[in-house]
Amino acid sequence: MGTTTTGSVSRVVRTKETYQRPLMARLRKPGMQAVSYFTVITVGILFLFPWIWLLSTSLKPPEQIVQIPPRLIPNPFMWINYVYGVTSINFPRYLLNTLILCAITIIGRVFSCTLVGYSLANIKWAGRGVLFAIVLATMMLPGQVTLIPIFIMFSKMGWVNTFLPLTVPAFFGDAFFIFMFRQFFLGIPTELTDAARLDGANHLGIFLRIVLPLSRPVLATMLAFTFINTFNNFQGPLIYLKDRNLWTLSLGMQGYLQRYGGGSGTALGAMMAGAAMYTLPMIVVFFLAQKWFIQGIVTTGFK
Amino acid sequence: MSVLTHLSKKPWSAEKKRDFIAGFLFALPWIIGVLVFQLYPMGASLYYSFSNYDIPKPPIFIGLKNFIDMFHDRFFTQSLWNSTYLVIVGIPIQLAYSLICALLLNIKIKGQALWRTIYVLPVLMPEVVLAILWNWILNPNLGILNNLLKIVGIKGPLWLASPDWSKPSIVLMQTWAVGIMIILYLAALQGVPEEYYEAAEIDGATSLQKFFLITIPMISPVTLFQLITSISWALQYFTTAYILGQAGGSLGAPRGSTLFYGLYLYQVAFVYLKMGYASALAWMLFVISGIATWIVLKVSNRWTYYNVV
Repeated sequence: MGTTTTGSVSRVVRTKETYQRPLMARLRKPGMQAVSYFTVITVGILFLFPWIWLLSTSLKPPEQIVQIPPRLIPNPFMWINYVYGVTSINFPRYLLNTLILCAITIIGRVFSCTLVGYSLANIKWAGRGVLFAIVLATMMLPGQVTLIPIFIMFSKMGWVNTFLPLTVPAFFGDAFFIFMFRQFFLGIPTELTDAARLDGANHLGIFLRIVLPLSRPVLATMLAFTFINTFNNFQGPLIYLKDRNLWTLSLGMQGYLQRYGGGSGTALGAMMAGAAMYTLPMIVVFFLAQKWFIQGIVTTGFK
Repeated sequence: MSVLTHLSKKPWSAEKKRDFIAGFLFALPWIIGVLVFQLYPMGASLYYSFSNYDIPKPPIFIGLKNFIDMFHDRFFTQSLWNSTYLVIVGIPIQLAYSLICALLLNIKIKGQALWRTIYVLPVLMPEVVLAILWNWILNPNLGILNNLLKIVGIKGPLWLASPDWSKPSIVLMQTWAVGIMIILYLAALQGVPEEYYEAAEIDGATSLQKFFLITIPMISPVTLFQLITSISWALQYFTTAYILGQAGGSLGAPRGSTLFYGLYLYQVAFVYLKMGYASALAWMLFVISGIATWIVLKVSNRWTYYNVV
């Protein structure tokens, strides 16, 4: 605490520099520090353990999987489980199917969501308020209400058992991403678009040459989200993809259950290996997306 | 076009007309999408819900019969209860746990970034893998959890194989994956101005008082958001329960204790092929969802505090 003297009166002054929050001060004591570390790490281990168990089981020889008491570290590491994981179900085919769905969905969304976002953000026209309200309203709708008629509609069109029901809707917009692009586009300084206007550009030109190139961070985010959602999507493929050849990886995981009967027992190694391989792309994309996102913000100089 | 120009006070300029056409064209994908994938299906499913629609026969109008049957349908009651359980037991636990984790992750320790990643990572696990992995972890005899409990002398329950423990098991699984809630709470915590805590300390507040009188109210808008989105998510819970059903031998095993509403709806529509009744179930879900959200919003006025500076 500092003291100042004003005239003949001496006052105790608490300045921001000299004042330390008692809680923070207490936390800095070694005892509290240790408790903090201990708690964070212990809870962290709770979060970490299932992952470790997944990997551990995926590398165990059959007899060690069902061993009691269970062991953490397999000996030896049975890497061949990963080979079994890829061969016991049609893993490559399912992966390819999933990637195709991803790619088409992303293309569809880039096309539709940016266009509609631009319409809502950068074009002053009479319908944009209403349309935006509809975008928001749609996000509140539970999918189950529209699920059945859409299925029946696709069924009558003969689209069941194809990729079409899972990809074509992406070309017609997605409320969440339209919202996201609208907000982002609203943040683009009007000087940029006004300058283009003065140079005689029309909306299409502004969209393609100014707004889109600035959108790298948001495009990267949408790409990552869409990738992860498509990889994860189960109910959609379950309803529409009947042929095993068309299955996505999420459906393919069921193949392990059917092959190895119920998900327990000695043959779990291959299934856990397959599950680990299925999860890996999500994690990779997540970290890449963080990098792209930050890079995107830096290189476009956009705050 | 002329109708619209007459609605406004002045006639539209050429530029305004051009902008309208441009805006409309750019938004066309979404306009078509709403008509085809939202409005039409909503109308159609409403009609189906008042019909008997057993594929492949055409729908036959039967009025309110589907809804009357629903109240005599014990699977409807059971699945509704199962999903409600997720809401009234699961959500408070998840909110509390994610808040605690966010508080922990807010403490300045070395490796904070690493721990934040670790706490959030479970979100990236596909639901299918979540089901498979935890089905194994919770295996009554061979699973790691019961064997760890054995070490401390506790005989673990049958978890997913027991009708009484299956839903708590699922709550446990979902609580592991609250990463997104943690992120949102972390952001909210960091938005609470330091000055509030300092002022409270000057007045002699204890840690507990600071937590309940400052932290909780200041993050209440985020809590409200999490609550509403979690309710709608819990009522649509499907994938993990489906896979667990596959592993357990039948949908909703054991004894229907994991037959959640979304799962039952799927069963009625795609296994029993009763599209009319399924549509009625879907609309019932919509209504219940809406009522629950409305109630939460109404009650929230008492405990949410919006920072009006």
